[in-house]
Amino acid sequence: MNTADPKAERPGLVKRAWLFAVELWAVLIGPSAVFALGALVLGGFTAGVIFWGGFNTALEMTNTETFCTSCHEMRDNVFAELKSTVHFTNRSGVRASCPDCHVPHNWTDKIARKMQASKEVWGHLFGFIDTREKFVDKRLELALHEWARFKANDSLECRNCHSAQSMDITKQSPRAAVAHERFLFTGEKTCIDCHKGIAHRLPDMRGIPGWQ
Amino acid sequence: MIRQTAIILLVAAIAAGTGTLAAKTLTSGLRGPTPLDDEGPAPPMTPTRNTSEKEVRNYPEQPPVIPHSIDGYQIDLNSNKCLSCHARARTGESQAPMVSITHFMDRDGQFLASISPRRFFCTECHVPQSVTNPPISNDFVDIDTLLSRAAPGGRR
Repeated sequence: MNTADPKAERPGLVKRAWLFAVELWAVLIGPSAVFALGALVLGGFTAGVIFWGGFNTALEMTNTETFCTSCHEMRDNVFAELKSTVHFTNRSGVRASCPDCHVPHNWTDKIARKMQASKEVWGHLFGFIDTREKFVDKRLELALHEWARFKANDSLECRNCHSAQSMDITKQSPRAAVAHERFLFTGEKTCIDCHKGIAHRLPDMRGIPGWQ
Repeated sequence: MIRQTAIILLVAAIAAGTGTLAAKTLTSGLRGPTPLDDEGPAPPMTPTRNTSEKEVRNYPEQPPVIPHSIDGYQIDLNSNKCLSCHARARTGESQAPMVSITHFMDRDGQFLASISPRRFFCTECHVPQSVTNPPISNDFVDIDTLLSRAAPGGRR
């Protein structure tokens, strides 16, 4: 034991981290002396594919009904309400699941929405709506967010399935045909203007345009 | 002796009658051949009449029936889907008939500015109609027909 006390000689953690970073940087900016260029390019490509694929897979995992309803806030409130609507069960057996309406399909918009959704993770951790009462109290605010989003993107998530071009109004009820002809085809209104509350129960609608 | 014979005969008759009733399957237009102590298969759901054409009322006080589908319409403390077309201010856009002025009246006969709370829940009186064949026909005759029959020459 002829060495001195290591504690006395070792620099602090911050200093060591800094030294390590400088050394790493020096390695990174220098040319490779060991690996072939091909190995680096191919290795980089493969790593990129794996990283990108992994990222997208993880992202898609958060984009499923199973994931959404793994929180009791969603399962007991909005998902329970969805179950009685035409978007859950219907004659043809096509189901719109949570992300079909609540997450944009377009990649950049999807990422933006996913970043926004980190607030919802925060809300879950701190129990913003962890009881039915809290959820009902907050329902109007949450609904207003969704209506604003649909209004801003011209009900894009509706139109991912329901296109005005493919709509055969002769197959619709006279009431629906008249309304679609007058308001949808002219662009005067967008889907969400009339079709609020089709998948979940409505909040207190006083003061909402078109409602009493 | 006569009395005893009568009682025996009565008991025998009741027993025979009960036996026959139990053995016999009652067939009625509504129940079909299902025994009385059994529950038959539920008839299939019928589609809702969805023509949006007004139906004639059978008597003046009849709440008009709803000539369209109201599946999923929410009518509760929070909202009233019917009123988003039938409210006074909404009829311009919807071209739907306005809720009758009688619905603005409270129980003291005072007219309120909007629908009276006691008339808020539409489906308590107004109901959609199914497209179905009634199992028993109805011989209801409305008052106009009755009056014209009573009038001289009404049968001509």
